[in-house]
Amino acid sequence: MEVCGCVFVTCACFMATFDVSPLLEIRAISKRFGDLTANDAISLTLRRGEIHALIGENGAGKSTLMQILYGRITPDAGEILLEGKPLAAGTAAARAAGITMVFQQFVLFEALTGLENLRLGLGNGMKPRALRDKALAFAERYGFWVELDRRVSELSAGEHQRLEVLRCIMQEPKVLIMDEPTSVLTPQEADGLFETIRLLARNGTGIVYISHKLREIRALCERATVLRRGRVVARPDPQKTELDAMARAMLGDDAVALADLAETEDKATGTLSAVPSVPTMPSVLPPRETTRLFVEGLTLPSVHRQGVGLSDISFSVAAGEIFGIAGIAGNGQNTLLEALTGERLLPHGQEQAIRLQGRAVGQLGVLARRRLGLATVPEDRHGHGAVGDLTLKENILLTSTHVTHGEDALVRRFACSGGWLRLRRAGMVAEQVLARFAIQGAEARGPDTLARKLSGGNLQRFIVGRGLLHAPDLLLVLQPTWGVDAHAAARIHQALREAAERGAGVLLISQDLDELLALSHRIAVLARGQLSRPFICADFKDSPAGKSELRHALGLLMTGLGGTSTNPDREKVL
Amino acid sequence: MLEISWLAIALTIAAASTPLLLAAAGELVVERAGVLNLGLEGMMLMGAVIGFIVKVESGSWFVACLAAACVGALFSQAFAFFVLTLRANQVAAGLALTILGGGLAAVLGAGYVGVSLAPMPRIPVVGSELHPWLGLLEHSPLFWLGLLVVVGVQWFLFHSRAGLVLRAVGDSHDSAHALGYSVLKVRALAIAFGGAMAGLGGAYLSLVHTPLWSEGMTAGRGWIALALVVFAFWRPWRLLFGTFFFASVTILEIYAQGFSLAVPPQFFAMLPYLATIAILVFLSSAYWRGRSDAPAALGKTFAPPY
Repeated sequence: MEVCGCVFVTCACFMATFDVSPLLEIRAISKRFGDLTANDAISLTLRRGEIHALIGENGAGKSTLMQILYGRITPDAGEILLEGKPLAAGTAAARAAGITMVFQQFVLFEALTGLENLRLGLGNGMKPRALRDKALAFAERYGFWVELDRRVSELSAGEHQRLEVLRCIMQEPKVLIMDEPTSVLTPQEADGLFETIRLLARNGTGIVYISHKLREIRALCERATVLRRGRVVARPDPQKTELDAMARAMLGDDAVALADLAETEDKATGTLSAVPSVPTMPSVLPPRETTRLFVEGLTLPSVHRQGVGLSDISFSVAAGEIFGIAGIAGNGQNTLLEALTGERLLPHGQEQAIRLQGRAVGQLGVLARRRLGLATVPEDRHGHGAVGDLTLKENILLTSTHVTHGEDALVRRFACSGGWLRLRRAGMVAEQVLARFAIQGAEARGPDTLARKLSGGNLQRFIVGRGLLHAPDLLLVLQPTWGVDAHAAARIHQALREAAERGAGVLLISQDLDELLALSHRIAVLARGQLSRPFICADFKDSPAGKSELRHALGLLMTGLGGTSTNPDREKVL
Repeated sequence: MLEISWLAIALTIAAASTPLLLAAAGELVVERAGVLNLGLEGMMLMGAVIGFIVKVESGSWFVACLAAACVGALFSQAFAFFVLTLRANQVAAGLALTILGGGLAAVLGAGYVGVSLAPMPRIPVVGSELHPWLGLLEHSPLFWLGLLVVVGVQWFLFHSRAGLVLRAVGDSHDSAHALGYSVLKVRALAIAFGGAMAGLGGAYLSLVHTPLWSEGMTAGRGWIALALVVFAFWRPWRLLFGTFFFASVTILEIYAQGFSLAVPPQFFAMLPYLATIAILVFLSSAYWRGRSDAPAALGKTFAPPY
């Protein structure tokens, strides 16, 4: 067996090195959706054993191109050759030819077990027992472990990811497409995935790796293709090109985004370490004079059967502070947000567990808490954040239920309307939000645009803007930049910083460690419903070693491996 | 003599449960594929009237049952066309199917009201004259078919690859589509099966239960079958308990009169519907909701992404 394996690997290496004819050739693919040119004569070649990065912002055309390659979209023009032969249309043909894809939003069936999911993905008549043996053999060969007998709904995001990857590699694909595979992984899990990807490439699989995390691309990829507005704008060598040069190619010349990107992506990184360095972070902890939010001993079960509840959570957010809560989604974030916003009331006798501006609010509903100065930017933009079928100004009116102490007189007057809608004033306020956050997509109808007509990133900016309208004392933000492109993310980050500078407390709940490290004064980790001791970011600022130490420690806590997650020095938290 | 009357009760329960069992087993498959077909009542009525007409005209029990199943399947494809191809709302389309089926059946059967038939013969059991309890096993072929269908559905859903694909489509149609399965084809076939079973259930009513045709003779059994699927938590085995329970409640009306209880008969006539509501309320409590196997994509319209 050993010898066979060696021979196989050697052959693969031989092929990878000397077979110069490309494995996959995408020739001048074009696709238009109405007025939008999603792909404009895009060409790309992939060699055997190559990891090829496809870089671009949201809407640059990456997803369309990969959907075309995977057979889900028929292109208007151009052709795709796999090993010199044209590829027939359709998903089934692409899969039969050896092209598989790990989707960003997992294609798994929650109600079925891991093994049943594998059976569905493999599409051949293999007996369940033989399939299990094959799955375990593949998992062992690529060095990871998966749970096959439990329902997918009971597995963590990292386990979902491994199941998806396993399903793809069990088809022994020639081409594997991975769409932002690390967005839900801890740094340690991501390192594990990179090892698997490198091993696959050594065995001759061609890999298209889609990401906008440039540091990952640098660590993994040999070649890169950069898309912007549906066109190939650059083909840099990730090993030799500076990160900000790649960023510039990706973004075009936009000063705001570049400034922020330069901040998030550490320019000084010359080395390709497995643990990337930490971006710039706030250096001074703001004085803790006024406590905006005080949570003590909050315990609450989840309303969902498989959901994670909260056990004995304690923390506080001071005025002027951005308090970050890191953690993989599904570790109690939703329960925490429901408890803090007032969507769920705490049981009698526990109202003291949440105090807003010094007042026990555990029994107060959403409206009452908003009157006390709470504003929320939820994760789910359509539904929780905004009503899609209402116009933007009507969405503004929905949260304008009381007189606020915003410095803007217009806001103060329009909200106090004695039960009548003041649509003209609401429109003016909506215009202000649109202008201040440079929201795209509402040019034609302005404040009368339906909320669902805005793209995810633009709607998110609008919701953040609406939250800040009333000068909140406490801003709750869950995953503010998930699925948002770099321009929008930069503006949202800027708005959060300004809110804190103005004296609001900001609670930022996110899975994105880069985002948390760039914004937060203190960070705690939520894992399996328990909150860790907060880390004061300023303590780690001085040395690069300190930064990577902090990132590593947070990553370990996120996987639940960081030792005790309880809060030993609760008294010191305040 | 008491022994005999218990025997009669047991036989009536089995008889009353058959149409529910057939229709509910079909609907269970439909719902497992993620489609809510509220047109059960309409499809049952169509099966009842066509089964009756074909029996009267052809004289063959087998042809009559086959025709009822085919008409049910065909009629259900009208629903499939609306909800799958035209992506209409499933609730509205299902209600429309119920109304259409009731009306159409009344028109088709207008000339057959008052015509009577001898009931479908039971399958005789060897030696049933030796002991009255052996008579318990004497049922119409449709009763046995109903049991067979439940066993078949259980095996199909949880032990066959096609059943796995069907459950996958009902759990997440987008994922199933992404993996290259034809969501619409799976759903159309499931709807056709559900229609065929509903048609058979209807035919049982007009051929076996009360061998005649009268307008609206299903008397809400389609709705009870729908509730039974929820009651069974979308698991075929539990369907058996549910149907026997409901059939018992249904026939209470007949026997209450026999036992001369001082309760108005309308109360017993009301019981099955009351029980349906009570059980649905009970099952929607948080405890039970968390334990049901409700298909995640149930009632959601599938639109291929491109």
